[in-house]
Amino acid sequence: MRAPVEWLREYADPDLDTHALAHRLTMTGTKVDAILGHGVGALENFVVGRVLEAEQHPDADRLSVCLVDIGDQMPSQIVCGAPNVAAGQIVAVAKPGAVMPNGTELGKAKLRGVESNGMILAEDEVAIGTEHAGIMVLEQDGLVPGTPLEQVLPIATDVLELEITPNRPDCLGIYGVAREVHAATGAPLAPAPWTDDPGTPGEVELAAVQVDCPDLCPRFTARVFEEVKIGPSPWWLKARLMAAGQRPISNVVDITNYVMLLAGQPLHAFDLDRVAGARLTVRRARDGEQIETLDGQVRTLDSDMVLIEDAEGPTSIAGIMGGARSEVQPHTTRVLMEVANWNGANIHRTSLKLGLRSEASGRFEKQLQPEQAMEAQAVATRLMLELTGARLAPGTIDVGGPGPAPKTIRLRDARVASLLGAPIPRDRCREILNALEFSTLDADDGLDVTVPAFRRDDVTREADLIEEVARLDGLEKLPATLPSRHGASGRLTARQRLRRRAADALTAQGLHEIVGWSFTSPEVGDRLRLSAEHPLRRMVELANPLSSDLSVLRTTLLGSLLDVASHNRARGASTLRLFEAGAVYLTDGEERLPREPYHVGAVLSGAALAPSWRDGAPPTVDFFAAKGVLAGVLDTLRIPWTVTRATESFLHPGRSARIEAAGEPVGWVGEIHPLVAAEWDLRDTVAGFELDLDAVLEPPTPLYREVSGFPDVREDLAVVVSENVGAAQAIEVIRTAGGPLLRDAEVFDVYRDPEKLGEGNVSLALRLTYSALDRTLTDEDVAERRDAIANALQEQLGGRIRAA
Amino acid sequence: MTTETPTTDRIEQISADAHQAIQAAADTQALEQIRVQYLGRKAELPNLLRSVAELPASERAATGKAANEARKALEAAIETRANQLAAAELEQRLERDRVDVTLPGAPVALTGRLHLITQTRREIEDVFIGLGFNIAEGLEVETVYYNFDALNHTATHPARLMTDTFYVAPAPDILAPDTRLLRTHTSPMQVRAMERQPPPLYIIVPGRTYRPDNDATHTPQFHQIEGLAVDTDITLADLQGTLLTVARAIFGDEREVRLRPHFFPFTEPSVEVDVSCFNCTDGFTADGQRCPLCKGEGWIEILGAGIVDPNVFEYVREHGYDPEQIQGFAFGMGIERIAMLKHGVPDLRMLYDNDVRFLEQFG
Repeated sequence: MRAPVEWLREYADPDLDTHALAHRLTMTGTKVDAILGHGVGALENFVVGRVLEAEQHPDADRLSVCLVDIGDQMPSQIVCGAPNVAAGQIVAVAKPGAVMPNGTELGKAKLRGVESNGMILAEDEVAIGTEHAGIMVLEQDGLVPGTPLEQVLPIATDVLELEITPNRPDCLGIYGVAREVHAATGAPLAPAPWTDDPGTPGEVELAAVQVDCPDLCPRFTARVFEEVKIGPSPWWLKARLMAAGQRPISNVVDITNYVMLLAGQPLHAFDLDRVAGARLTVRRARDGEQIETLDGQVRTLDSDMVLIEDAEGPTSIAGIMGGARSEVQPHTTRVLMEVANWNGANIHRTSLKLGLRSEASGRFEKQLQPEQAMEAQAVATRLMLELTGARLAPGTIDVGGPGPAPKTIRLRDARVASLLGAPIPRDRCREILNALEFSTLDADDGLDVTVPAFRRDDVTREADLIEEVARLDGLEKLPATLPSRHGASGRLTARQRLRRRAADALTAQGLHEIVGWSFTSPEVGDRLRLSAEHPLRRMVELANPLSSDLSVLRTTLLGSLLDVASHNRARGASTLRLFEAGAVYLTDGEERLPREPYHVGAVLSGAALAPSWRDGAPPTVDFFAAKGVLAGVLDTLRIPWTVTRATESFLHPGRSARIEAAGEPVGWVGEIHPLVAAEWDLRDTVAGFELDLDAVLEPPTPLYREVSGFPDVREDLAVVVSENVGAAQAIEVIRTAGGPLLRDAEVFDVYRDPEKLGEGNVSLALRLTYSALDRTLTDEDVAERRDAIANALQEQLGGRIRAA
Repeated sequence: MTTETPTTDRIEQISADAHQAIQAAADTQALEQIRVQYLGRKAELPNLLRSVAELPASERAATGKAANEARKALEAAIETRANQLAAAELEQRLERDRVDVTLPGAPVALTGRLHLITQTRREIEDVFIGLGFNIAEGLEVETVYYNFDALNHTATHPARLMTDTFYVAPAPDILAPDTRLLRTHTSPMQVRAMERQPPPLYIIVPGRTYRPDNDATHTPQFHQIEGLAVDTDITLADLQGTLLTVARAIFGDEREVRLRPHFFPFTEPSVEVDVSCFNCTDGFTADGQRCPLCKGEGWIEILGAGIVDPNVFEYVREHGYDPEQIQGFAFGMGIERIAMLKHGVPDLRMLYDNDVRFLEQFG
């Protein structure tokens, strides 16, 4: 909200400059986001002038050459383009050096050969109005040329850009902010502008109002004004509207806006002669009922929406937008001023459902108080009488009346101290609360505090009162202490440690962590070549995405990893080693919360090792590079795992596998299908894996196993098996046959030669390590095991030992 | 007593010659030749020893002894000299074997980095673990109930609008408690955590959060760390002390924090928390310029916080949270904001570009 400081100081004028005032407001909870300047600068160059002569410019039909007395010894020659300039007028003059609202500095100029020492001002030129058809002609009485213009017109003010929190709709008006200034600074608060109401209670003969839904319209007030003369508003009013960010229109409309800005309460002016039957009814709409709003749109309503109608049908959507039919016109003479209070939640809902928001609905939905309606009515009445020449018809329509009786809340001294961690003396609490217009009575253990109507919804409990006293007493007075904790202790869970170690195992292998978007495009399913019924296609869809390519939640980390790989490849990175750790979102299509398992995924492309001056061309990544990184993670975590040949549509069918842990599938590892990689403009081999880290069991605590004091016996063995067997299976058979003496078996070479080994066979060279805890093994021990291995290979796999 | 004989004279002569030769030997090879010359099978001294028996009895003992001592002395001298020469030769060989130590190691171990967000998250987590907090993770797809209702947001709170919150399709009823949304803050976990565990409760909740904004200071996805401490006697001063500890751990021991009153639906009183600027003194840098980091304020806003609103406890009262018996504080901070402030990252979006040249600078 924009609060012009000039306006604010009319009600509370602390002895602080704007910056100090802004700081104090910020530190007491009314945050000043910015201090803006409105209007002109270099004020000493704006003065009152008297036009002594106004002659036709010799070379320009529409210009006048004027001699203007601006209080100097010699009159100034000013060229003026306004058609209404004339000798004898008292005018507003900007001298060279003046800074205009757009920041430009006025200089001396020659207009069609004639020197001009400044400018005679129109209202838009000093940002106190929008009129540009002619210069401002000031009231003549007693104005002396040379008088500083700022004493006559509000041509410059600081403006506070305030962040009004949603709990403080009372601060959406200048007077509400002035209350805060008063409480925060101690500056006296001027009486409220509605203190003297020129109106009278009682029946109004000329109009009638009926409220059929008092639950949604707690109060509806109206007054009738006759002999209204529509015209422009005075400059002081226009200037304030402009400074507050509102465009002046005409006096009646400007009054409704001015009062809204001052009192925080929206008003609506009807042309009473266009209110059919001079009678307004407030009622719920019928389902499907239609109304055309001021913006020319036809809106379809439902029975939870409220409208205002006259004898010819609906005229307004209550609290949100009026209709064109009863709008005030330039020739309007009779005005019905409506000031009503609406149910905020209902206004909010209607505004949401219709997609229709207005200045009024934005205020009403924060729930104004019924008392505010009569306050605004009083201010508007005074201004209507002063500014439009109107005559107030007797009486006031007031359906609903004021809100519920004020609430009294006990504020316990002890509770203040226990919640804040430091006491605030009761006298100080009383002083603060009274300044905020809460009334107080002493009680045994504190104060009984009665809440003013304008804070009725915001302050309902003791905690709310504690906030009031704390914020104004000064939070900077609080000590800094630590909670006593009562034995609570902090630690990572085993699962959290597991996640950290997994990430550390990846960075240790030279992978950079990325943070991708949880959002993705539904087309990622096509790009990954997923079949129509593939479960990864079941994505959580957003109702209101920022764009269609961010409209669903990812079901795999692969998309964001490939996005980032592609992004970096396009920027020249040849070697890519990336991983991401985080949630994917898996839905079963039902309307419940998705599962969010924690995945770890990686992609690799380019060199598998860092190139160096010794080896400028290291091997590039392939399936085994990805599997090696995966092993680095799972082995670090001590999670037993295996892979099984299996593929996914986005993987190279011959170079992909399913990861299994404890017999359950927990992810995939492989080379990305070249067609998928190409979708991301990646032309060389990309390998990677994705692991559901939530699906693996936490490894048990390792228990000590005895280490043999006797030397190992090592033996290399080449075994020939069918290619279909797979190294893991061969090793498993060998391990079993090797028995407890065989401590380790590792593949160190793989060899194919159809001629020597037979078609479809492969030779695996294995390094076997034997040891025993109780003795040094003999050749006989090893030979016995070797025979057992040979038999097992033969019997279980149809394989053989190739060379002893 | 050694008796002089012609043979002993000869032994002395050989000995003297040999010792001279040993000292003169230039390398181990030359020394080996000298050894052969004086101590080899055909050398004179060993022959003398072997022929001692042929000498007259009167000379036998003296000659034998002298020859034997001479041989031992020579052997010792050769060994000493051999060690000297070997050491010198090794020294020379090593000296010749020099490399350009400024070349890179090979092969270079690849260096990977944690993302700056993860690094910052862990840094903050570790501070809170030290303060006795545990880490809880919540769901990112949440319900209106946990994200808004149970956090005391009125039905009209603007954060509920579809302009401010991502909702799950199909067209949602944004006021229905079961309606699904992407959590707009990590706060829903407050209520879920209290449902699971009675007080005392000290947790932080790091994680991804979402709002429909996209500009230099907002990304539609960002990270927060929620904090919640509930006990019998938690105070606003405790909140200040806790956040002061955290601010100093993250931004340096010289930092101060200040609380500014604010409004959040789920805390009362509510505050925004500023940390004193670490780039300037009272808003001005060492060279007298207005500080670009804090815009001359001297303070930088880092988070929102407050005392847990009693209405929030009402939602979990039956889980042991009677607002007359217990009280607590809560806060929520943006991980990105902390990371950017601390490391001078100028644009939030860089954190999500994941350019390797950016990633390798942190972690």
